[in-house]
Amino acid sequence: MRKLLFQSLFRQPLTEQAPRPDDAALAELAAMVSRTARRRLGRSLSIREVDAGSCNGCELEIHALSNAYYDVERFGIRFVASPRHADVLLVTGPVTNNMREALERTYRATPDPKWVVAAGDCARDGGCFAGSYAVVGGVSAVVPVDLHIPGCPPSPMAILRGLVGLLEAVDSGVAAK
Amino acid sequence: MPKLIDLIQAGRTVERHHPWPRAVVDGDAWRAAAGALADGGLSLLGLWGEPSCVHMAILDDHTSDIGVISLDCPDRRYPSVAAYHPPALRLERTIHDLFGLEATGTPDPRPWLDHGRWQMRFPLGERLDTSPPDAAPYQFLPAEGDGLHQIAVGPVHAGIIEPGHFRFTANGETVVRLEQRLGYTHKGVEGLMTGSTVEQAARLAGRISGDSTVAYGLAFAQAVEAAQQIAMPPRAVLLRALMAELERLANHLGDIGAICNDASFALMQAHCAVLRECVLRAADAAFGHRLMRDLVVPGGVARDIASDGPDAIRAALDQTRQHFPALVELYDNTASLQDRTVSTGIVTPALARQFAAGGYVGRASGRDHDARRKPGYLPYDGLRFDVPVLSDGDVNARVWIRIREVEQSLALAYQILAGLEAGPVRVSLQAATEPCEGIALVEGFRGDILAWLRLNGDRIERCHLRDPSWFQWPLLEAAIEGNIVADFPLCNKSFNCSYSGQDL
Repeated sequence: MRKLLFQSLFRQPLTEQAPRPDDAALAELAAMVSRTARRRLGRSLSIREVDAGSCNGCELEIHALSNAYYDVERFGIRFVASPRHADVLLVTGPVTNNMREALERTYRATPDPKWVVAAGDCARDGGCFAGSYAVVGGVSAVVPVDLHIPGCPPSPMAILRGLVGLLEAVDSGVAAK
Repeated sequence: MPKLIDLIQAGRTVERHHPWPRAVVDGDAWRAAAGALADGGLSLLGLWGEPSCVHMAILDDHTSDIGVISLDCPDRRYPSVAAYHPPALRLERTIHDLFGLEATGTPDPRPWLDHGRWQMRFPLGERLDTSPPDAAPYQFLPAEGDGLHQIAVGPVHAGIIEPGHFRFTANGETVVRLEQRLGYTHKGVEGLMTGSTVEQAARLAGRISGDSTVAYGLAFAQAVEAAQQIAMPPRAVLLRALMAELERLANHLGDIGAICNDASFALMQAHCAVLRECVLRAADAAFGHRLMRDLVVPGGVARDIASDGPDAIRAALDQTRQHFPALVELYDNTASLQDRTVSTGIVTPALARQFAAGGYVGRASGRDHDARRKPGYLPYDGLRFDVPVLSDGDVNARVWIRIREVEQSLALAYQILAGLEAGPVRVSLQAATEPCEGIALVEGFRGDILAWLRLNGDRIERCHLRDPSWFQWPLLEAAIEGNIVADFPLCNKSFNCSYSGQDL
């Protein structure tokens, strides 16, 4: 373990190293998120993720936000364990009938001001599950949604971009509640 | 002890069911099959319904034969299999919820997927409209005694995971009983598939469990191709296997890190997540989608690998091969981590065998089964790989199975890349004139996925997909017994069962 930790001390961080075309975009996002988040919410944006019936694909990519390449915490964005601690609910999946009440109660348990981000194509309108006897529809059929992030599933970069979009809207007062 | 072949021969064989036989049997033969499952020697692969019949897929452990027996139930009831063989229980409860077919003699008539919120009962059978919410509270199994208390967890959990409810009964820190309640992500996939086109159904199949989208796509495609009796071009077969191994690799890497993270050892998670991301990026470069969704389609693959795809994948494989051994050493040599994983959450070999648990859950408990070997499918007969098996059955063993499978998948991916030759990657499906049925068993990272369907023209008349989690979730209830509550996340992650896959 010491060897691994020692190597990490001297290795360039992966976050900076990855030579990809959207490196510039990532750096830009980093600057933007920290500026807008700080103005509105101090230093942090706390997110509670709610799977309202997804296939788990969106969860995989939301998890990826925390890996060394995206390192979402450096922007001040944190995933929290309770809706009581959250500013944002990040909701995935078509809302199933069986999850409807749980989503409503999670929403009510989140203190104001709060924002809801619906991630993934299913969360917009139910996606390919729309019309099923077991599915209510998109997230906005159950709780008010401030932002949709498209994709099946959206890539980690798309989710990050979406959160920036939300912060900007919040900042300009459009979505403030 | 009846063999599978005897059971099949006792019934009327159904034509145009491929590649394994299906026979319509009578009630006595159905009961005999249930008894034979309980005696061992036969394993339950699946149990599913139609509006007025039930089907049971069975694996003969000795001969590795697979067959399906069906029982017509015009009076909407059939002899319970679970009365003899408990692994069938949740499947029977599901058949009742969806079709209204009653399992006579069932030890547990409670609903499973139906939470009383669909505004109807028996959505795939003879529908009964109901007005919500009239459901009585779900009755959990009782656990009584001095000093017992209950802990209710979910459906919304603390982490970024799928929804489900866990009801713990504990004595101090020790878990006396865990009862799961699932079904929260039930989306009615089988209902949506009924009457849909093959293309629509393939998209749905790829969205049953997001982490196994390739494996589900493959299982569905193989079942369609079996029904239509069409063979795949060699390049398509290899590209499918390449995607399947990349998916296995990415999931195992993610799991190894996440299990250690649930023992508060974040360093492993950080390193494994980097390797997982490399694999996903290579998949994106090669196939245009990080999770390779909608790429395996009936008839082949939706698109050929990008021209620079093989190099991108090789680079990711090289990086994993280079960095992974140090992580294995880290796992093996960290005593505080081993203290959490060794002898925690034990599944006995007898239980794994009884439930025919697939994947790392079965193989960590001595069940030597891998659908790539038995029944086997292309191209794995021409590839060299080992199927690791351990018998300890604890969290540690499930980690080690994953570690060994990472190594095997790396080796397989190299072999596949070396064997790729130019050629077509897709053939057109046929417009069948008569209804035909197909079945397939495909090894996903989590275990064997069963796909069964009946085609009528270009439409799906009925399709059933059975997730490996059906036979793994109940073992988690057994594994946690006698462990401390704080070890549940660790045990749960070492199983990593699918919620969406079993809820459908």
